[in-house]
Amino acid sequence: MEEELNEIIEECRTAVEDPEYPAVHQWLEENSNGKVLGHFQVYFPEEIAHAAGMLPLKMKGFDSSVQIREADAHIAAFVCSILRTSLEQALSGRIDFLSMYVTHPICDAARHLNGVWTRQFPELSCQILYLPQNAASPHAPAYLLAEYRRIAGIIEEITGTSITDESLLASIELFNENRRLLRELYQIRRETPEQIGLTDSYLLMAAAGAMPRERHNELLGRALPLIRARDNHPQDKLRIVFEGGYCEQPPIEMLSVLQDVAYVVDDDFMIGLRWLTEDVPTSGDPMRNLAVAYLETSDYSPVQRDPRKPKEDMLLKRIHQSKAEAAIVAAPKMCEPGLEEQVAYDNALTAAGIPHLIMEFEEKTTNFEQARMEIETFAESLLFEFV
Amino acid sequence: METQKVAIRPALSQAGNTRTASRALMDNWWKQLGEADAAAQPVANTFVMGSLAEVLNTFDIPMSFPEIAALQTAVKGKAMDYLLAAEDLGYSPDICGYVKVDIGLHATGRDHPLGKYPKPGMVVASNMCNTYIKWAEVWERQYGCPVFVLDLPGWRGTGFEYDSSSETFRNDVKYVEGQIRDLISLSAEVSGKKFDIDKLREILGNVNRMSELYQSILAMNKNKPAPFNALTEGINYMGIANILRGLPEGVEFMETVLAELEERVAHGVGALTDERYRLLLVGTACYTNFRDFVGMFERWDGVFVASEYMSYAGGGIDRGLHYDLSRPIESLAEQILITSQPSMSGIFFSHEWQAKMAEEYDVDGICYHGVKSCRTTAAGLPDAREWLLNNAGVPGLFIQSDLVDSRLWAEAQMRNRIDAFFESLQSRRVQSGV
Repeated sequence: MEEELNEIIEECRTAVEDPEYPAVHQWLEENSNGKVLGHFQVYFPEEIAHAAGMLPLKMKGFDSSVQIREADAHIAAFVCSILRTSLEQALSGRIDFLSMYVTHPICDAARHLNGVWTRQFPELSCQILYLPQNAASPHAPAYLLAEYRRIAGIIEEITGTSITDESLLASIELFNENRRLLRELYQIRRETPEQIGLTDSYLLMAAAGAMPRERHNELLGRALPLIRARDNHPQDKLRIVFEGGYCEQPPIEMLSVLQDVAYVVDDDFMIGLRWLTEDVPTSGDPMRNLAVAYLETSDYSPVQRDPRKPKEDMLLKRIHQSKAEAAIVAAPKMCEPGLEEQVAYDNALTAAGIPHLIMEFEEKTTNFEQARMEIETFAESLLFEFV
Repeated sequence: METQKVAIRPALSQAGNTRTASRALMDNWWKQLGEADAAAQPVANTFVMGSLAEVLNTFDIPMSFPEIAALQTAVKGKAMDYLLAAEDLGYSPDICGYVKVDIGLHATGRDHPLGKYPKPGMVVASNMCNTYIKWAEVWERQYGCPVFVLDLPGWRGTGFEYDSSSETFRNDVKYVEGQIRDLISLSAEVSGKKFDIDKLREILGNVNRMSELYQSILAMNKNKPAPFNALTEGINYMGIANILRGLPEGVEFMETVLAELEERVAHGVGALTDERYRLLLVGTACYTNFRDFVGMFERWDGVFVASEYMSYAGGGIDRGLHYDLSRPIESLAEQILITSQPSMSGIFFSHEWQAKMAEEYDVDGICYHGVKSCRTTAAGLPDAREWLLNNAGVPGLFIQSDLVDSRLWAEAQMRNRIDAFFESLQSRRVQSGV
């Protein structure tokens, strides 16, 4: 049983961590005319690409395994790491397989990505998907539907495949299943965190963006019962929520430090993969359903403005729903939206009497001793307090 | 270069008019903000890109521009006080300095060096800078004031053209028009006034005129010598264009500027006594050491004949904005959308615009000034510099400091790089036999 689970986790690890994208290459070998759409954080309606037969690939950054050789010459010094490492992947030729690259104006630094990529790769279709920043506006759903249709039109041109209601519906069903499985994984974390460590859970989740969803559904479908069947004993560990992983991801070693010290019972890592919090309806106009789901049944992040979802209230809700005792409010270095949100989170958590640790991270960090010390000190101080 | 130059300039009848007018107008703006605050009249916090002054002025809602207020604290040498006050509240050294100056001002009694800094009664924040939205949320939390976000879809990527007959354009206009109508309702609520479409029409007419004049002002610098420095004087023009957008005083100011510049051109008077290098500025100014920064270029007789800053921070009026007064709201939506493309998205895709400007203004080199405070204007500059050099043959200098944070100003380093750049321009001239 453990052997099978380890095999699944290792496949996910390779898909997530290997900068040569083995899962993508395997898919391309099996689909000789297959085309890959890379999309930058945070959210992209992957169903649209999938419905045209494309492989959607969630572009992420990399840890110190990717050395920056060229990207620094194209981006100013005071921006976050993920912009550089994802660009480095492109400049080094590792993602020459892309047929389309989509970014979103999630932050002021990321808004430059499309321009830089356009200048560096004039043959690649570099597109921007403008997700509404006025999400509560009554005019937003119609606008977003038109924007999804525009993107769908470009995908159809690139693939030569029409996206029909039937094909889109089939893709929505596949992705609904994927989100259901991910919700179940997180439910296990909230209810019985001793059953799965943070790093393994993270790899199982993040692999969704790095391999075909059909395969990911199969892997998660096998893994979840194996995790539930474990007989691990709960330890006397602090239950915490980790906030700040919606775009750049902390290195796996840092997650390892976290899991050594506490049960991370919920988080916002790769939140775009779980952005839609309920199944997208499968009756009616599927494209409209996708657009409405983005606006109406979705999670939160510092890069979306939606006055119906004040971010500090949403964080408190996440903490309460997961029965967490404390929170780590992190932000990637140089991440303007994340750093700005930290203050609001800090104030809200203080007002609510929830212990929390404010910290920064960088995906390329190689020394974790300071982080370990900070997190251990925080957890120990609370454990003594609770005693 | 080091020899003392003696300027013999003809006596000009318009000389100094612009400076006198801009000082008076700026003083008056601060006075009005102070009076509004004292009278508890709602003030709108808005931004230079996507201010929607057209709507706010229709309701006589006084506008506070926190970006302008923040840069003024730096020019007055006071920015650090506010930056540190904000950092004491937990704000990171790595976020926008304008935001922190504003937060510091609000945290320390709202005493700005130029007057009383008002509390916001409402906020208009466009997505032309993402930080505007985060900033607006700070006020929303602090004061509970209504926040209106103007969401403008921008340039969509490779091959995108805004064809006014396209479905995308129609959809985008519909979205923006709907939002503008929402803002009209909110402004009526906040101000307690009814919407007067004729007043909006009048304001749009004034913006049309300001736009024509602003374009003529910019074009003056195609002359040799360039009659104004697009960094020092240009910032004044731009500041007034923002705070008085759509008002008769704004039109009069632009007429004053143009008259003074026309006279300078007629008499061959340039911004510099001896103009040797014509430069384009891409990026923003450095307000903590404003005069030092400019001086490092002027000592080589380099003048900024154009500036991308005057474009995107001018609210689109450099791009031939023209409202159709017969259908004001619809036209406002269309024009804001059209002019926001080059103004907003242009920052990220401005390489072709830069090449065109370099040719039209006979530019010798481009100064790319990246500031840590503003990723919007700075993050992609090194890539643009490389493109211009390789594709248009225009040499570029990439330097970094900040808008308002003097901790990021490294004078010796800056001077070394600027000197080296001019030395390379000089040798290019020698090699080409100019």
